[in-house]
Amino acid sequence: MAEKTLMKGNEALAEGAVRAGCRFFAGYPITPQNEVPEYMSWRLPQEGGFFIQAESEVAAINMIFGAASTGIRVMTSSSSPGISLKQEGISYCAGADLPIFYANVVRGGPGLGNIAPAQSDYFQSTRGGGHGDYRVFVMAPNSATEMANFPKRCYDVAFKYRVPSMILADGLLGQMMEPVEFDFEPIDPGSIPAPDWALGVATGRNKRVVKSYDLRPGRLEDWNIERQKKFEMIEAEECDWDGEGLEDCELLVSSYGSCSRISKSAVKLARDSGLAVGLLRPITLYPFPKKIFRDMARKVKNILVVEMSLGQYVEDVQLSVEGAVPIHFHGRPGGGIPTAEEIFEIVKKIMRK
Amino acid sequence: MYQGIIVAGFGGQGVISMGIMLAYAGMVDNKHVTFFPAYGAEMRGGTANCSVIVSTDEVDSPVVGQPDSLLVMNEPSFAKFEPTIRPGGRLFINTSLVSSKSKRKDIQVIDVPANKVAEEIGTLKIANMVMAGALIKHTGAIARDAIIKSLGIVYSRAKPEMLKMNETAIKRGGEF
Amino acid sequence: MKKVFEKTNGLTDVPMRYCPGCGHGIAHRLVGEVIEELGVRERTIAVVPVGCSVFLDEYVNCDGIQGPHGRGPAIATGIKRTHPECIVFSYQGDGDLASIGMAETIHSAARSENITIVFINNAIYGMTGGQMAPTTLIGMRATTCPSGRSIEVNGYPIRMCELLATLPGASYLARTSVDKPANIIKTKKAIKKAFETQIQKKGFSMVEILSPCPTDWGMTPRVALKRVQNEMIPYFPLGVYRDWESRGKKEDDVKVAIEA
Repeated sequence: MAEKTLMKGNEALAEGAVRAGCRFFAGYPITPQNEVPEYMSWRLPQEGGFFIQAESEVAAINMIFGAASTGIRVMTSSSSPGISLKQEGISYCAGADLPIFYANVVRGGPGLGNIAPAQSDYFQSTRGGGHGDYRVFVMAPNSATEMANFPKRCYDVAFKYRVPSMILADGLLGQMMEPVEFDFEPIDPGSIPAPDWALGVATGRNKRVVKSYDLRPGRLEDWNIERQKKFEMIEAEECDWDGEGLEDCELLVSSYGSCSRISKSAVKLARDSGLAVGLLRPITLYPFPKKIFRDMARKVKNILVVEMSLGQYVEDVQLSVEGAVPIHFHGRPGGGIPTAEEIFEIVKKIMRK
Repeated sequence: MYQGIIVAGFGGQGVISMGIMLAYAGMVDNKHVTFFPAYGAEMRGGTANCSVIVSTDEVDSPVVGQPDSLLVMNEPSFAKFEPTIRPGGRLFINTSLVSSKSKRKDIQVIDVPANKVAEEIGTLKIANMVMAGALIKHTGAIARDAIIKSLGIVYSRAKPEMLKMNETAIKRGGEF
Repeated sequence: MKKVFEKTNGLTDVPMRYCPGCGHGIAHRLVGEVIEELGVRERTIAVVPVGCSVFLDEYVNCDGIQGPHGRGPAIATGIKRTHPECIVFSYQGDGDLASIGMAETIHSAARSENITIVFINNAIYGMTGGQMAPTTLIGMRATTCPSGRSIEVNGYPIRMCELLATLPGASYLARTSVDKPANIIKTKKAIKKAFETQIQKKGFSMVEILSPCPTDWGMTPRVALKRVQNEMIPYFPLGVYRDWESRGKKEDDVKVAIEA
């Protein structure tokens, strides 16, 4: 299993989900995520699973909603406009406490936008996305190997807390090929007992209902407050991040996902020319690793945020740092991809001041 | 060693498959690799290009802004990418199809009549591998054995004689 | 004393909160009875819509899932594909099935998804307070067509059975009514046949039930029943539109049904 396989990010994502026990996928074609449904269409039947090409993204998320109500591991994927369409269904899953997993292979927006890599769905992903008070567990991989291994972590969190979970990728991660290494043994979903809320054959037990509504006065408020405790637990337990050169840096560069790799190259260029620059990369976007940002804000002189959108991710950095240190921003919208050299130039400018 | 490579040409010239081939061979050769294709609507326009990185260190940015090596398989690709080559880099030109000449003094130009050589071997389809042969010869980024070993894996469904011709193409490419 | 009627075990004891004269209560009872009689109660899953019947999950004595407006057939698809041992039915109103959920309805029939739909057609949006439905009759008043549905502004009401009958994947389609005891008995037979279609893995089945809505029609229950008989049935003819058991040539099936 330690053997490396050259895979496209999208294929790694699909294979990772299958190995993590996914046995139902419904999706609809949209670039740049088409390899996911294509892969699932032949791969899932091999494991006794089911694939459906739905008539729309809306139908796909509702097929997922139905299948998830039976307690099995399910998945859908799409790209930006399609994820917008799925939001009502995701909100229902959150409201009905159903663990689901989905991936957004983001493209340039708004509207039809383009099909180039972008990070402009950050707000949508990290703030819930649909209507109502809820959050989604969001992981941001930055390599094909992480695309392959994060679905398992998403399922683990989704089932532990009964929340929706997602991977926020982009066209770059979906389309690029890299050697992939899985860090877990394939999971046999047949070995996992059905949860005590799952619908299905009800012999000898009371009926169960999966629903997101409660019209009795005051009850929905209580329900939301109860659910909020779950999110507080997730914030306390499930944060993850990665960093480099944090011990001695004066300037902290921060990016997530594919952009964090470009920033990492820029940080190396800076280090090679003797500049004290470090990199902080959140791996979970919700929950956001606020603490490490607060800690770093006390140590560094400046923070530079680089993202492939016009000021979405930077807001979470600002909220975490609470004005303790100047935050500089470099954003490339609409499918623009920064280069390491471009970021290095900005780094030099900030350090010269 | 770090090689950022861009391969560019018409759809159907095997640009994407050469990129995958190079990445795979790099992996077989125990290097760190990434491959990133221009995808979707760009692909439908008839031109194709991809970026490959082969490195002895971990690859951070998968984006090749300034290629160390550029392989141009057609005229439009020359115009689009020739100015982006990193100073000191290499330009491999398929001279069977590209008549433009580079005026840059800070790069090395390698002329490869790839279509002509491929036809001599037996099929136009392997012009891409002639280019690949020239690339690995000049850069030393990937061992030739690794690429020949990878041929059989990446093109597992190809006929033995086709694999043989690919192999010959890589060797002949190394003569330029 | 001899017992002549007993509440079905297919329903719970939760009192229904429907308006006087509403057809939902009858339809619920018939579904409950069919589930009990077929002996599938413990493996049946109800897919509950948005609309007046949103509380169905409280009334029906089996597992249930309440989902987004119009998406019942997609939800049922997800459950049925992964749990073919379960009997899955989606209960939907006219706005749910024929307006917002039209795509899911048509595509689940096209795929011949092995699910059953119980479709209540009362020609109005009930829960939201009497707006025009895709099946509101020409000239019929609703709060969003206060002077009556006009062809110029609103087009024509949709005949779902006829529409779905053009799809080879629709295995059983019937339109019935709950306007009088004889038709209620026929409705139950149709629901039973639809469930049997699924049990025998014959594919998509749907029963469209014409049903009165006295409250939003602004009528007494008695007058509302007259409207079903005198206005709805002529536009929405009762009958079996597709039947996998007696199916001859598919095209002929459709033709006969429409002419009838």
